[in-house]
Amino acid sequence: MKILIVDDFSTMRRIIKNLLRDLGFNNTSEADDGSTALPMLQNGNFDFLITDWNMPNMPGIDLLKAVRADDKLKTMPVLLVTAEAKREQIVEAAQAGVNGYIIKPFTAETLREKIEKIFERINAGG
Amino acid sequence: MDTPGVEEKAAEIKARQLEMARQLVSHIEAGDEESAARLIEELGRMHESVLFQELGKLTRDLHESLNAFRLDSRISELTQTEIPDAKERLNYVVSLTEDAAHRTLNAVEASLPMSEQLSSRAGDLARHWQRFRARELSAEEFRQLSGELGEFLARVHDDAEAIRRNLSDVLMAQDFQDLTGQVIRRVINLVQDVEQNLVGLVRISGERLSTPDQKKMQDKRAEDQNKGMGPAVPGTAGASDVVSGQDDVDDLLSSLGF
Repeated sequence: MKILIVDDFSTMRRIIKNLLRDLGFNNTSEADDGSTALPMLQNGNFDFLITDWNMPNMPGIDLLKAVRADDKLKTMPVLLVTAEAKREQIVEAAQAGVNGYIIKPFTAETLREKIEKIFERINAGG
Repeated sequence: MDTPGVEEKAAEIKARQLEMARQLVSHIEAGDEESAARLIEELGRMHESVLFQELGKLTRDLHESLNAFRLDSRISELTQTEIPDAKERLNYVVSLTEDAAHRTLNAVEASLPMSEQLSSRAGDLARHWQRFRARELSAEEFRQLSGELGEFLARVHDDAEAIRRNLSDVLMAQDFQDLTGQVIRRVINLVQDVEQNLVGLVRISGERLSTPDQKKMQDKRAEDQNKGMGPAVPGTAGASDVVSGQDDVDDLLSSLGF
């Protein structure tokens, strides 16, 4: 399982990377915003994308839309991990096809739960 | 606010006053009292009118400056909502960093004595173990050592797990850097905005500024929302209609068929 972590704060990328390692996911890469993440996704055989929303250049919501619009990437599960808390924004992310939405600050348990749920659905063919 | 036109006019008035003063002297020397009195009166009137003009100009400048202040919607928006917002944001940064520091310190304070005790207990046992290896222990002493070793291993198991938990807590506490960083960046943008507006105000003071453009404000809001607005800070203008936590997000998503 190859996972791309996208966040403009390196501290948050390290936190997520450590939590993923605890959950048994050791193959992770990092990008600091949507515009650097997208080419990595297009060339990198990633299985899963975890992204922040509020980032310079290309925000996470635009990255999500770009992934869904890309024939090669459109089925990739995407988990938003963000401090963006407006209902309107969560609805927008859902409509854009997000697979999970975690609000910062979050706990290790929440991350585990949401990731498990995403893969349960995928394995169930949903 | 002096303009070349005003300066020219002032010079012209001065020249006329000088001319009249010279006439006045010659009238007095010639004993023409009637003409002298008329000139004195006229000079007084002129002086008053210059004063009134100056006063009028000052009043107009003041009025226009006040209008410029009142009309600049961006400045009133800044002072009425965004600067109080910024204060809330910075207070939020202070409380987030304080919480993170306390969480980290709590975990460290709980872990330090555990690791100290594990280390000193391991030292004791190692010395006994050395004596056992050197065949210096009696059967009774060995039985005691064996019991102590068993206890110690159980304790290492428990304490190591507790220390691991504390370290993950330290790890999670570092999320403050991301959250406060996003908040501080917004305040920095605000400060730049205030700076630009003040510079602009100084430059164009007196000129009329445009009235607020509703559509522009809405576009800016939509653009902000797309870029992401950072954490919702309690007590600020952007804090309306936000979810209160993960449970709220889950409820909202499940209502959308997730």
